[in-house]
Amino acid sequence: MKILVCISCVPDTTSKINFKNEDSEFDDYGVQYVINPNDEFGLTRAIWFKEKDNATIDVISVGEQSNETILRKALAIGADRAIRINAKAVDSFNVAKNISNFIKENSYDLIIAGRESIDYNGSMVPGMISEILNINFITNCVSIEINNNIATTKREMEGGIETLSCELPLIIGGQKGLVEESDLRIPNMRGIMQARQKPLDIIDAADSEKKTKTHKFYKPEEKKEIKMVSADNLDKLIDLLHNEAKVI
Amino acid sequence: MSIIAYIESNNGVAKKSAFEVISYAKNISNKLAVELIVVAVNINDTNEIFDYGPDKIITVNKEDIKIFNAKIYADIIYQIAKKNSANYVILGGGVDSKFLAPILSIKLNAGYLSNVVELPSNFEPFTVKRTSFSNKSFCDASIYSENKIISLSSNSYEKMKIPSNPQIIEFDVEIPNSTIKQDSIETAKGNISIADADIVVSAGRGMKGPENWHLIENLANTLNAATACSKPVSDLGWRPHSEHVGQTGKPVATNLYIAIGISGAIQHLAGVSSSKVKVVINNDPDAPFFKAADYGVIGDAFEVVPKLNEKLKAFKAENN
Ligand SMILES: Cc1cc2nc3c(=O)[nH]c(=O)nc-3n(C[C@H](O)[C@H](O)[C@H](O)COP(=O)(O)OP(=O)(O)OC[C@H]3O[C@@H](n4cnc5c(N)ncnc54)[C@H](O)[C@@H]3O)c2cc1C
Ligand SMILES: Nc1ncnc2c1ncn2[C@@H]1O[C@H](COP(=O)(O)O)[C@@H](O)[C@H]1O
Repeated sequence: MKILVCISCVPDTTSKINFKNEDSEFDDYGVQYVINPNDEFGLTRAIWFKEKDNATIDVISVGEQSNETILRKALAIGADRAIRINAKAVDSFNVAKNISNFIKENSYDLIIAGRESIDYNGSMVPGMISEILNINFITNCVSIEINNNIATTKREMEGGIETLSCELPLIIGGQKGLVEESDLRIPNMRGIMQARQKPLDIIDAADSEKKTKTHKFYKPEEKKEIKMVSADNLDKLIDLLHNEAKVI
Repeated sequence: MSIIAYIESNNGVAKKSAFEVISYAKNISNKLAVELIVVAVNINDTNEIFDYGPDKIITVNKEDIKIFNAKIYADIIYQIAKKNSANYVILGGGVDSKFLAPILSIKLNAGYLSNVVELPSNFEPFTVKRTSFSNKSFCDASIYSENKIISLSSNSYEKMKIPSNPQIIEFDVEIPNSTIKQDSIETAKGNISIADADIVVSAGRGMKGPENWHLIENLANTLNAATACSKPVSDLGWRPHSEHVGQTGKPVATNLYIAIGISGAIQHLAGVSSSKVKVVINNDPDAPFFKAADYGVIGDAFEVVPKLNEKLKAFKAENN
């Protein structure tokens, strides 16, 4: 089985979010980049397929040179080959188009992406890839098993979970549940040494068409002063919620 | 030209977010002076929709599409958009809408923006405000293609009644093939989902253990609220993953978010900051959540929560 894991490179969740150039760009001064958490669950699930079913794992990221640290980390955790498509990822459609071009030439049985990236929160790339390539797509995936070319997955819905099955090839949008937090791997010394020998291929972006553009960022408004209510006077809280905030 | 509002339903009834989506689309259709078409798939009673001003309601009722399938639903909307020369499709922020929207965007060759929170600030180019960095910021983004799709975040646009007398058309769709089959479904019975709730009661590690969650559930019952939790609580298995909210869990954008025994870590706040009013109950006056909330109570959850619940019950009894 050939697996491709799509990795988006995002600021660490503790990062302070600041902007530069008159708020037109994210300011990554002092920011540490990490594998998008949803993709990290997917990558670990892929490694289980490798360990149990001899799958091979390629990882791909559309981005600039700085993404290579993240791709090396994926190799150190257990991926076999990394690919960076050299383009600034600014439009989901463009990212999807470029990844799709790569998949067309390399054919995979399973493509694992994340439910969403935690920076631009698009929830777009895997769904777009599925339609460009006309393959099955299941998102909000919390479990995946594969037997005889049939994938069985669980999808989190509003108010429940459904079990879906289909033939491969398939692309999923994964999230926590594919594996648990405690299953995530930290690269060890041996993995890091091996990663240096593994291929990290850089390919040119073939497609430059874009449909959207982000041009200005805002920080949320400063919070107004909090109103404290004494634990002995909860009637006051109810009064404030009813008459002032009008939410109950 | 026309604009389509696609609405989600639950057991044949339009969801609350449906009316926000229609009202939002109505505003754009007025500005552009084009027809507003509501697409209602498997909705039994469309009367409620009349109140929000559509020119047309296109209904699709077929037994074999009772179960949601993103590819099939995207294709249905695509067929309706083509037939009616729609170049705008507005959807809600529900899980199903966000599942089908990227598929639809490729079919319609449309630019797509998700998590939109305001009306367009400009039409040349079409520009809207959306959340980014998991609610740690907002951004303005534009769509340059002729066809446009946006998904509107729940609770970000006020529904508005503008009654109309729409034409109702049953659409005869061609149902495409999908090889994805639903084997089974487990629904969390009786629970209100976080996405649908007006009020969310959420609790953290301060509750000490799963055996104390009846306090949280009772309060949620009184308020007709959904229950949620912080990440460690779901990691520890005290509560199901589906309740985990925050940057790496579900986003919460309700009218009222009550956080009990939650410290207010940056990753938690990121996911819940879009809620309109936040109440914090914590016994540590230095808990960071107090800096990000509207109302705060310093106290022991095990005393405050049951007391608050009793008082709210009395309040509800009086006000209903
Ligand atoms: C990559 C990453 C992603 C993350 N994503 C998320 C996320 O999406 N969502 C999320 O929630 N977290 C997330 N976290 C975890 C986050 O950093 C915090 O660890 C977590 O939110 C803390 O949960 P908590 O507030 O329940 O627990 P704690 O931090 O242990 O806080 C418990 C609180 O309860 C209070 N308390 C204790 N006893 C009582 C009592 N009797 N009455 C009242 N109050 C009491 C304490 O004062 C304290 O403030 C993430 C972390 C990382 C590294
Ligand atoms: N620049 C990128 N390179 C590779 N994969 C990406 C990129 N951006 C997004 N993805 C994948 O698509 C998923 C959803 O991202 P998004 O559509 O941006 O929310 C991510 O979790 C990744 O798996």
